[in-house]
Amino acid sequence: MLSRVASSIYWLGRYLERAENYSRFIDVNFNLMLDLPPDLKEQWEPLVITTGDNEIYKTKHKNFERKDVIHFLTFDSDNPNSIISSISYARENARVIRENLTKETWENLNELYHFVLKRADKKDWNKEDPRAFFESVKNQVLLLYGLADSTVARTEGWYFRQLGLFLERADKTSRIVDVKYHILLPAPSLVGSPLDFLHWTALLKSVTAFNTYRRMYGNIEPAKVVEFLILNKYFPRSVFYCIREAESCLHKISGLADSGYKNSAEKAIGELRSNLEFTDVEEIINMGLHEYLDQLQIKINDVSNKINTNFFQIKDNFINQTQIQE
Amino acid sequence: METNQYQVGDNFDEMFAKEGQVRPHYQEFLKLLGKTTSKRMSHLQYSANKTQVAMGMTFNVYHDNQGMEKILHLDIIPRIIAHQEWKKIEAGLKQRIHTLNLFLQDIYNDRKVLKDKIVPEDLILGSKDYLKPCEGLTPPKGIWCHITGTDLVRNNDGNYYILEDNLRCPSGVSYMLESREIIKRAYPDLFNKLGVMPVSDYPVKLLKMLQFISNKEKPVVGVLTPGIYNSAYFEHSYLALQMGVELVSGVDLITKGKKVFMQTTKGLEQIDVLYRRIDDTFLDPLTFNPHSMLGIPGIFEAYKAGNIALANAPGTGVADDKAVYAYVPRLIKYYLGEEPILENVPTYLCREEQDRKYVLDNIEDLVVKETNAAGGYGMLIGPKATKEEHAKFRNLVKNNPTNYIAQPTLSLSTVPTLTDNGLEGRHVDLRPYILYGQEIEVIPGALTRVALKKGSLVVNSSQGGGSKDTWVLYN
Repeated sequence: MLSRVASSIYWLGRYLERAENYSRFIDVNFNLMLDLPPDLKEQWEPLVITTGDNEIYKTKHKNFERKDVIHFLTFDSDNPNSIISSISYARENARVIRENLTKETWENLNELYHFVLKRADKKDWNKEDPRAFFESVKNQVLLLYGLADSTVARTEGWYFRQLGLFLERADKTSRIVDVKYHILLPAPSLVGSPLDFLHWTALLKSVTAFNTYRRMYGNIEPAKVVEFLILNKYFPRSVFYCIREAESCLHKISGLADSGYKNSAEKAIGELRSNLEFTDVEEIINMGLHEYLDQLQIKINDVSNKINTNFFQIKDNFINQTQIQE
Repeated sequence: METNQYQVGDNFDEMFAKEGQVRPHYQEFLKLLGKTTSKRMSHLQYSANKTQVAMGMTFNVYHDNQGMEKILHLDIIPRIIAHQEWKKIEAGLKQRIHTLNLFLQDIYNDRKVLKDKIVPEDLILGSKDYLKPCEGLTPPKGIWCHITGTDLVRNNDGNYYILEDNLRCPSGVSYMLESREIIKRAYPDLFNKLGVMPVSDYPVKLLKMLQFISNKEKPVVGVLTPGIYNSAYFEHSYLALQMGVELVSGVDLITKGKKVFMQTTKGLEQIDVLYRRIDDTFLDPLTFNPHSMLGIPGIFEAYKAGNIALANAPGTGVADDKAVYAYVPRLIKYYLGEEPILENVPTYLCREEQDRKYVLDNIEDLVVKETNAAGGYGMLIGPKATKEEHAKFRNLVKNNPTNYIAQPTLSLSTVPTLTDNGLEGRHVDLRPYILYGQEIEVIPGALTRVALKKGSLVVNSSQGGGSKDTWVLYN
């Protein structure tokens, strides 16, 4: 597969997953705010902090008003991670490699793009309840996943796309868990209160994990929620699950049959996976949840950089040419 | 939908011989129109537009964040061509492509045609499209023009005339293919009833042709695109997808030891055939335009060494120059000893004194064209132009006669077209596609371009043209 094409497919996977996760973020925060007691102010700042977009946000807005945050995370094309930016990038990447996609994939992605563009004009962020919009984005991305799952051949391109998807999802799940660190309780005494409980519930719902969690773990307990979202071996959005899947994609790509590694990306992700595999939640809490998540995100980034150097970097053929002539 | 208000002008109308008198091959379609309400027709048109956007059948106007993409308007009333008529077009095009291919081989090698003074030597050797590096070259299997999209028009005498030979990467074939898919959904029953020849196997034929021009048994084929900002990018990726081959751009390719390689996730892989949609002079900065960032340094050497086949072969541009066009009927006689089956539009060469005098005296009635401009630019339509424009072009012709030709204004034929005022005639041209591989094959269909503005004769998409699906009938 062409390096350029592999890179586009990988980023297509990442951007789609990113758009879907942003929809989840906003949807859930919205839900959470509706459940708050009337005397508590809505908190939208944590959302911007966890997505890591607060630097740009501050250059555009002073306060964290609901409509400003929703607009910024959804329709603001100055924000490179907003839903509209992610969908546009996903589509641009798809356009460059259209011949590598199934017709249905391209057409639905194109439709999603036009849908988001149109809703930006209709000023959905101003609406009293914009959740229907986020639901739609989520559903359309899931439709694309379904289409891919049942139509795309399991060859190299598929694994690059899944690789992008799972790395992005691992990163975003870690950020969703981190929201809890940033959403402040009015007083420390409220840890374990119904309000605290509401927060954790919202967190689980944001990754469609509430029912699964209840079935597997029972009561809502912070340590268990953290274990579930970071270390669980069966839940397809847990960080460990995503990293393990991404690792197996890399093995499929390199053709590695046994354990070990063939390139630096495989080495980095293998180390990360084994680290997660042999950690228990107490260790995470002792280290500090926020600190743990921080270094986790750095490691995921490092894997992505190594994927780039191993597979995507296109050598400039003009430079190569002069070397050959010498 | 009513057709009794439909007016036939003094041009040839493809559907009606005169008001109220439908041509036989349009009879079934007329019946269908009679059974369909105008509302239903607008609805079909609306769905067609929507489908085009959903398919991303767009061409770029220019690029920005929002992606300035436009669709080429597809009118849902088809242009239908009777079988007998098509037979003649087919034979005429084969004859013409055969000739042009012989001509190209000749001018880059023996130059008999120049020595015999059939075509003036300076017209060829002085042309900016004549590529000196191709001298003495014979492309793989001796084929120069693998893919051609010839433009024809039909005058009010009912005859088809060749308007332009497009021998350098003509575009539009994806519209022919996708438009058919859309129009099939609009009139599913009619296709069976009428017997419309399919075009959907074009990509298969294209791939076979591309494989044929390689010496390898299982050659690696690719489509070479200038990239996403090119206005025909949709077509490049569409054709690569339909053929199941790689779509490559200059950055993906590298030459080593006179061979061309793709840069893949698993290292370098040799590529054997390129359907290149990059202009000749941008192909290789080492041989041609040194400023080209689109090309692949060293690819021309690889081509000369026979290690990569290029379609079309570099150097074909010299044969579709508007001045060379005037000589094609003579070339047909010279190379094949045959009379041309399809006529040329009578052409006045401003380089020849007698012709020039005629052009200057009659510029009000003529269409004046630059010999090497495309897309409807650099052109004067005498009867529609102002006095100032006439004067301007007289000067242009006087100062640089070799750069201009002139032709009488043809009255392009019309086809009923859906407008805000119901059905009205709009002028059309015809661009069939011809593949030259093991043999010469004319695809039974075409891109029909339609001037959407009332009375306009300019069908170019860059200037308000749309398209129509073109049906060639089995019988």
